[in-house]
Amino acid sequence: MITTADIQKLAELSRIKIAPEEQEALRSQIESILGYIDQIKKAAQVSEGMPQVGALHNVLREDVEPHVSSEFTEKILSAAPAREGDYLKVKKIL
Amino acid sequence: MIDVSKLTIESAHDHLMKGDFTAVQLTQAYLDIIAKKDKEINAYREVFADALEQAKKADEKIALAKAGKTDAATLLTGIPFAMKDNILIEGRIAGASSKILENYKASYDATVTKKLKYAGAVFLGRTNMDEFAMGGSTENSAYGPTRNPVDTARVSGGSSGGSVAAVAMDGALVALGTDTGGSVRQPSSFCGTVGLKPTYGAVSRYGLIAMGSSLDQAGPITKNVADSEIIFDVIKGKDRYDSTSMDSPFSEKTDAAGKNKIVKKEKLTIGVPRHFMQKGIDADVLANFEDMLKKLEKAGHKIVDVSLPNIDYSLAVYYILMPAEVSSNMARFDGVKYGAHADGKDLLEDYLLTRGQFLGKEVRRRIILGTYVLSTGYYDAYYGKARATQDLLKHDFVEAFKNVDVIVTPTSPTPAFKVGEKAADPLSMYLADIFTVTANLVGVPAISVPCGSVAREGKDLPLGFQIMAPHFREDVLFQFGKVVEAVR
Repeated sequence: MITTADIQKLAELSRIKIAPEEQEALRSQIESILGYIDQIKKAAQVSEGMPQVGALHNVLREDVEPHVSSEFTEKILSAAPAREGDYLKVKKIL
Repeated sequence: MIDVSKLTIESAHDHLMKGDFTAVQLTQAYLDIIAKKDKEINAYREVFADALEQAKKADEKIALAKAGKTDAATLLTGIPFAMKDNILIEGRIAGASSKILENYKASYDATVTKKLKYAGAVFLGRTNMDEFAMGGSTENSAYGPTRNPVDTARVSGGSSGGSVAAVAMDGALVALGTDTGGSVRQPSSFCGTVGLKPTYGAVSRYGLIAMGSSLDQAGPITKNVADSEIIFDVIKGKDRYDSTSMDSPFSEKTDAAGKNKIVKKEKLTIGVPRHFMQKGIDADVLANFEDMLKKLEKAGHKIVDVSLPNIDYSLAVYYILMPAEVSSNMARFDGVKYGAHADGKDLLEDYLLTRGQFLGKEVRRRIILGTYVLSTGYYDAYYGKARATQDLLKHDFVEAFKNVDVIVTPTSPTPAFKVGEKAADPLSMYLADIFTVTANLVGVPAISVPCGSVAREGKDLPLGFQIMAPHFREDVLFQFGKVVEAVR
């Protein structure tokens, strides 16, 4: 059973403002979806000796050959809603 | 007047090389159709103003090729493409059909874009989609749904509804879409196109706006299987900018070093997971599917029952893993680096208002769901358990493919539904993904091939036949897809 307080907490965690009049509808939809995915609890356990299919491994490269300094700066910053010189401008953090 | 309705990539290429028409004339033919039909269909978010200029450059390449510089033109030179709105083309808007990226201009080309550009393709425009690829009908677009060209009262499917409708309405010869849980295959089944989801890792994801990074793949949308194969061969391959990409470990050549040789079989063993098709499927869809199986059997292929013991859980696994990855991938849309920005009283409120105001309902719903399944106290029960079940699913498929060459199902449990029919209940929309999500979870390639239609209220609604093959065996999908085209 998921409550409106739960929805508010999740909204805060994910930095999304949900209007009060939308919270109940969202709560009810999330509850319905959780009701469906809850069946995962009944899924079989992974058995000990089962071979791993497509085992994951990290793909790394040597930390060499950086791009030319400032090569992409203007292109990237030109998309910023607020900038000051070569900085992204944001409100006070601390 | 060029009749584009019967064109294929190869026939269009032949015409271009012979001079029957130019690339400019070909592009103009599609632009004319878009001008006539798209107000109603809403397949395109934007038709590129320079499409004819691109076509002119293609004509120059073709002229060079005809003058003797044979590598100046490829099969794709001058071929008009529609590109889904979440695939980056440098300098052009990539909006993911979301208000938060309404004016965002891509700062680089996706690798698939680069490859198509290099091959001489013409980009007609960017197509409508469910916002951030989240949906199965294109009704979640911030710019209205895309209607099904076969019956405009119905949805085109999603999330690549725009790309699929563009091809189905002859508003493009071919298109690219992306598929995370069925978003290329399902709309293809609804509108009568061929839709391929490649093996995870076969095609680079660099430059795709990410939805579920362990699930996403870009794939071609075409009118026939041969065109799908041509495009796949161009866009596939290991990419240094996507470390989850790799070249196929298989080769048809006997002397390809380090590769497993493909042994081609003329007649295939087809696995049908009947235990999974006992309920929830439209009766006409099931009848059409059985009919196709009979035709395939008559053509000499063997039909066997196959068991995928954990497949009943695949939808639950998907709706845990995908929202989890979505909640992480969507965090970058904060109004700071790019996109829309709503101003609050402090930095936190900037975030809350920007995301609350500019992200659509379905996107917000999935972020909330993902945040929940990843949160302390629930992580193991949901995300951890889903990952473990995903391993079981992979294992099921590896075991099944020891005895069969392909696994088949209907692509969708129903034909295209009416606009608005499922909008009120998100869960009912999710349940429609039942046959497509497993290929994304397991990573195997899957293709939807049109296999006839069902008559509903005077319209013949297309149906799709889904074929799945082992990892990196797209060759089997193309071979068998052509068989389906021949016998249907």
